[in-house]
Amino acid sequence: MKRINAQNICNAFLLMLLLLTSCRGDEPVPTPREITVSSGFYLLNEGNKGNNMATLDYFDYTNNTYYLNIYAERNPDIVKELGDVGNDLQIYGSRLYAVINSSNFIEVTDVKTTKHIGTIQIPSCRYIVFHKNKAYVSSYASADGSDLYAKHGYVAQVDTASLQVERIVAVGSQPEEMVIIGDKLYVANSMCVSTGEMDRTVSVIDLNTFTEIKKIDVAANLHRMKVDRYGYIYVSSRGDYYDGKSDLYLINSQTDAVEGPLSIPVNNMCISGDSLYVLSKEFNYITGYAQSVYGIIDTRTHKILTRNFISDGTDLQIDMPYGINVNPISKEILITDAKDFITPGKVYCFSPDGKKKWEKICGEIPSNIAFVLETEQVKD
Amino acid sequence: MHDFRFCNNALFYGIILLGFILPIRVSGQMAEKIDTTKTYYLKEFVLTQRRINREVVPAQTLSGKQLEQLSVHSVADAIRYFSGVQIKDYGGIGGLKTVNIRSMGTNHVGVFYDGIELGNAQNGTIDLGRFSLDNMEAITLYNGQKSSIFQPAKDYSSAGSVYLQSRTPRFEDGKKYNVKATFKTGSFGTANPAILWEQKLNEKISGSISGEYLYTTGRYKFTYRKEGGYDTTAVRHNGDVNALRMEAGLFGKTKDGNWRTKLYFYNSERGYPGAIVRNKFSNEDRQWDSNFFVQSSLRKSFTERYHLLINGKYAYDYLHYLADPRKDASVTYTNNHYRQQEIYLSAAQMYSIFNCWDISLSTDFQWNKLNADLINFAYPRRYTGLVAIASSFEMEPVKLQASLLGTFTKETTSSTATPASHKPQYTPTVIASYHPWRHIGLDIRAFYKKIFRMPTLNDLYYIMIGNVDLNPEYTTQYDLGITYSKTFSGILQILEIQADGYYNQVRDKIVAMPTSNFFRWTMVNLGKVKIKGIDIAANAGWRFGSRLSIDTRINYTYQKAQDYTSPDDLYYKGQIPYVPWHSGSAVVNAGYKSWELNYSFIYTGERYASRANTEENYILPWYTSDLSLSKNLRWHKTGIRITAEVNNLFNQQYEVVRSYPMPGTNFKLILNVTL
Repeated sequence: MKRINAQNICNAFLLMLLLLTSCRGDEPVPTPREITVSSGFYLLNEGNKGNNMATLDYFDYTNNTYYLNIYAERNPDIVKELGDVGNDLQIYGSRLYAVINSSNFIEVTDVKTTKHIGTIQIPSCRYIVFHKNKAYVSSYASADGSDLYAKHGYVAQVDTASLQVERIVAVGSQPEEMVIIGDKLYVANSMCVSTGEMDRTVSVIDLNTFTEIKKIDVAANLHRMKVDRYGYIYVSSRGDYYDGKSDLYLINSQTDAVEGPLSIPVNNMCISGDSLYVLSKEFNYITGYAQSVYGIIDTRTHKILTRNFISDGTDLQIDMPYGINVNPISKEILITDAKDFITPGKVYCFSPDGKKKWEKICGEIPSNIAFVLETEQVKD
Repeated sequence: MHDFRFCNNALFYGIILLGFILPIRVSGQMAEKIDTTKTYYLKEFVLTQRRINREVVPAQTLSGKQLEQLSVHSVADAIRYFSGVQIKDYGGIGGLKTVNIRSMGTNHVGVFYDGIELGNAQNGTIDLGRFSLDNMEAITLYNGQKSSIFQPAKDYSSAGSVYLQSRTPRFEDGKKYNVKATFKTGSFGTANPAILWEQKLNEKISGSISGEYLYTTGRYKFTYRKEGGYDTTAVRHNGDVNALRMEAGLFGKTKDGNWRTKLYFYNSERGYPGAIVRNKFSNEDRQWDSNFFVQSSLRKSFTERYHLLINGKYAYDYLHYLADPRKDASVTYTNNHYRQQEIYLSAAQMYSIFNCWDISLSTDFQWNKLNADLINFAYPRRYTGLVAIASSFEMEPVKLQASLLGTFTKETTSSTATPASHKPQYTPTVIASYHPWRHIGLDIRAFYKKIFRMPTLNDLYYIMIGNVDLNPEYTTQYDLGITYSKTFSGILQILEIQADGYYNQVRDKIVAMPTSNFFRWTMVNLGKVKIKGIDIAANAGWRFGSRLSIDTRINYTYQKAQDYTSPDDLYYKGQIPYVPWHSGSAVVNAGYKSWELNYSFIYTGERYASRANTEENYILPWYTSDLSLSKNLRWHKTGIRITAEVNNLFNQQYEVVRSYPMPGTNFKLILNVTL
C-alpha cells in the first residue's frame, strides 16, 4: 500500500519533469485583418509609461468598423511593436507620423498600409508640425549638454525625405505644442520639472534662420496651441498646479500682443472652421468632485458660446475627457475618454449638435486622432 | 485566439493535484501510532517552559537545511516557494523584489527581522531581494498574525507577515567558536564572499559578527520573440550591484530570560536597469542606499505566570537616486536624497491567569522622520502609538485567541504644509483551532482579522501627488483551514499537509487618480478588491534504506482576486494586476551519503498586467526548473560543502513584471567552509 503510494508520487514528478521539457511557445503575431484605409481616422493610444503599450487603432467610415491595435499585425518584424507612450499623431502627405515619447522616436508609416517606413530619433519628443517638406518636433531634452536641468528644451527641424534631424534650436522649458504662421514657428513652453520653475513664454522661431527671435510672455506652464484662419493663436496654460488654474490665452500673430484669459480651463482643444472646441476636467480638492467642460469658442468674436456642447447627457458617462478632434467634412466631434488611465478608454462620436452617434472601446489612454480623407474632400 | 497559451493546463493541474491527493487518501486509511501535533513550528528562542508559539494560523517556514538546499539568492527568491504569495520581481540580482500576501498588496505585509519590524514609512515597501540567505536561519510567513499573544503590538498590525530569523549562535559541546566562510560565484559576473564568526564569551553570553560583500555586473541575455514575427536577443544593461552587509550581535542568557542586541549595516550602489521598450533597451539611472539599525530585545519571566518582553530599535535609512541627462538625454535631471529615521520602543507583558488562560498587554511607540531635498517638501514626522490587548485560551481540544489593537497616529510637518489628522483605529482578530481526535494529527483552524495600513508618507505628502485627507486602507480576512501531520515507519516517514480556504476584502484602497490636469495626479481612497483563494502545502519525507532519503514539498495556490471598485466600470470584477489564478511550486530533495541533489520547480499561471483582462494585457505563464548538486566533505575538523547550481534549466524567457525580462539559464558555484 505504502509502496504504491510512493510509486504514484514518483510518477507524478516524472510526468511533471516530462512536461517541463516541452516548450512553452511564444505569443504569435495576430493575423492581419483586411482593412482598406481610404476614409476614416487613426487613433493613437498613449499606453502607460514603461508598459510599451502605445497602439494604433483605425476607424473605417466606409463600413463603420473600429479596428483595435492594427500596427503590430502589419509590422510583425518591428521589435516591440509601436513603443512606449504615444504623444502625437499627424498625417503629412502620404505618411503617418506617430510621436512615441518614452521610446524617443517618431514612427513613420505609410498612411494606406500602416507599414513601417522609418524612424526619426529624437529624445523626449513631444509634438510634430510640418511646413514645406520639413517636420518640426518639440523636445524636452536639453539643447545643450551643459544645461543639466534642461531649462531649455529644443525644436528640431527634420527633413521628411531623409528623416534626419538637420538643425535644432533651443527654446524655453519643456516645449509643447507648436503652430506655424508664414515662416514663423510659435512654440508653447511649459515648466522646468527639475527646478520647479514655471516658464511663461511662447518662443518665436524664424524658420529661415532657425533662431529664436522673440519670447512672448503669456502665462505659467503653457501647453496646447492652435491657430485660427484669422491669424490668432490660442494657447492654453496648465496653471502652476498650486493657485493658478488652467486658462486660455490669445496671441495676435500680427502684433504678437497677448489677449485674455478667456476664463475657461483647457486640457485639450482643436479648431474647425470658426469654432474652437475645448475639453477639460476641473478637480475640486475640497469637494473631491470634478466638473468637465466641453466648450466652444467663436474664433470671430472670441466669445465662449457654450461650456457644454454635449446636448444629450452623454457627458455624464465620460470619466476623463482627453482627446478631441472634429471631422473637417461631416463636422462630427470625436472625444476620447481616458477613463482611469490604466484600463482601455473609449472614443465617442457626436453629431455637430452634440448628440452621441456611437462609442467604441480603444486602447489604453486614447489621445490623438488623425483623419484620412480623400484629398479633394479635405478642403475646408 | 487562446491556443497559444499553456496548452495543457488541465493536464498540468491534474498532475499537481495527483501529487498530493494520492498521499492524503492512502495515508488516511492507515491511522496508527501516536504522532506529534507539530506542523510548522518555528524554532526561535522561547524561554518559558510552555510552548507559547504553537501555530494556529496558517504559517509556512523554510529553515536551516531546506533554505540551504534551495537554489536561491535572496529571501525573496525563497518566499516564492510558499503558497498564497506573489513576488513582484523586476529581474536580476539587483532588481526590486517585493512580496504580496494573498493579493492584499505589498503595503499590507509586515517584514520582521529578528522579531522587530523593518520599517519604511516613506513608501511602505521592503525590498526582500536585498536580504541575503547567508546569515538566515529561518523564514516564516504568517497569514493574519503570528498566533502568539506574547509579542509586541506591532506584530498584530499587518494583514500578513514575514519573519526573518538570523542565526543565533549555538555551540557543540566543548566548542568555543564557529566560523563559516562562503564564496559564491557564477553567472552575471557575480562574486559573493561572506564570513560569519560566532564566539562563546562565557557560559551566559555569546557574540557573532558577520560580513558579506556582493558584486554583480547584472548582465544577462534576454530574448523577445513573437511567433511569425521578430526575434531579438539583447543583454540586460545597468543591473550591476555593489553591496556590503555587516552585522554584529550579542546574545545573553539570564536565569529567567534572555536578551540579544544587534547592529546591522548595509551599503549599496546599484544601477536601475529599467523597462525594456521599443527603441530603448537601456537605462542609466542609479541608486545608492545605506541602512543602519541597532535593536535590542529582552525577555524575562518574573514568576511562572508573569512574562515581560522589551524591544527597542533605532534605524537610519538613506537613499540617493540619480537620473542624469548627460548619460541619457531623455531623462529629467533628478538627484534626490532621502533620509529616514525611526525610533521604536515596545513592552509586551503576559500573565497566565490559569494554565489554560493567558492575557497580554502590549504597548509600542514609534517615531518616524522623513527628510528629502525636494522642492516644497513637507518634512513629515509621524508618531504612532499601538496598544494591543489579547487573550488566549487553550483546553484540549480547543484553542482560542482574541486580540484588539488600538492604533493612534499623529503627524507634524514643516510650518507651510498641513499635517494629516488620523482618527484612532481599533481592529480585532479572532483565532480558533480545534483538534478533534487526540491521536490523529488533524487540526481545524479558522481566523478573522480586520486590519489596515496607514497611508505612507509618500501617499500623504509627496509633492503635488500626496493627499493629506487620505484614510487608511482596510483589509478584512476570513480563513478556514486544516492541518494534518503523521509519521510513519515505512518508506514514507512523515507527511504534513495544510490547506486553507480564504476570503479577503480590501476597501478604501489607496490609488493614484489624475486631477484636473493630467500632469498632476493625486492619491485617493478608491479601490475595492475581493479575494477568494485556496492555499495548499504538503511535505513528505521518504527514506529508502539507510542511505537515501528524499524530501518532497508541493505548494499550490488558487486565487480569484477581483476589482469591485465600480459596477459602472467596463472591467468591473476583472482579475487584479499580476495575480495568477493558479500558481505553485514543487521541490524534491534527495540525500545520498554525502551527496545532495535538489530539484525545484515554480509555476506562475496566466495573468494580466491590468484589471482590464484584455489580449494586450495578457502575460504568458512561466515555469522554471532549478537543479543543484552538493557534496559535503570533512577534512580534520573542517567541514567543506561544494554546490553547483543550474537555474532556469530550460532557458525559459519570461517576465514577472511587464517589460522587465528575467534571466535565462544561469549557473552558480558555492564553496562553504565551516570550522
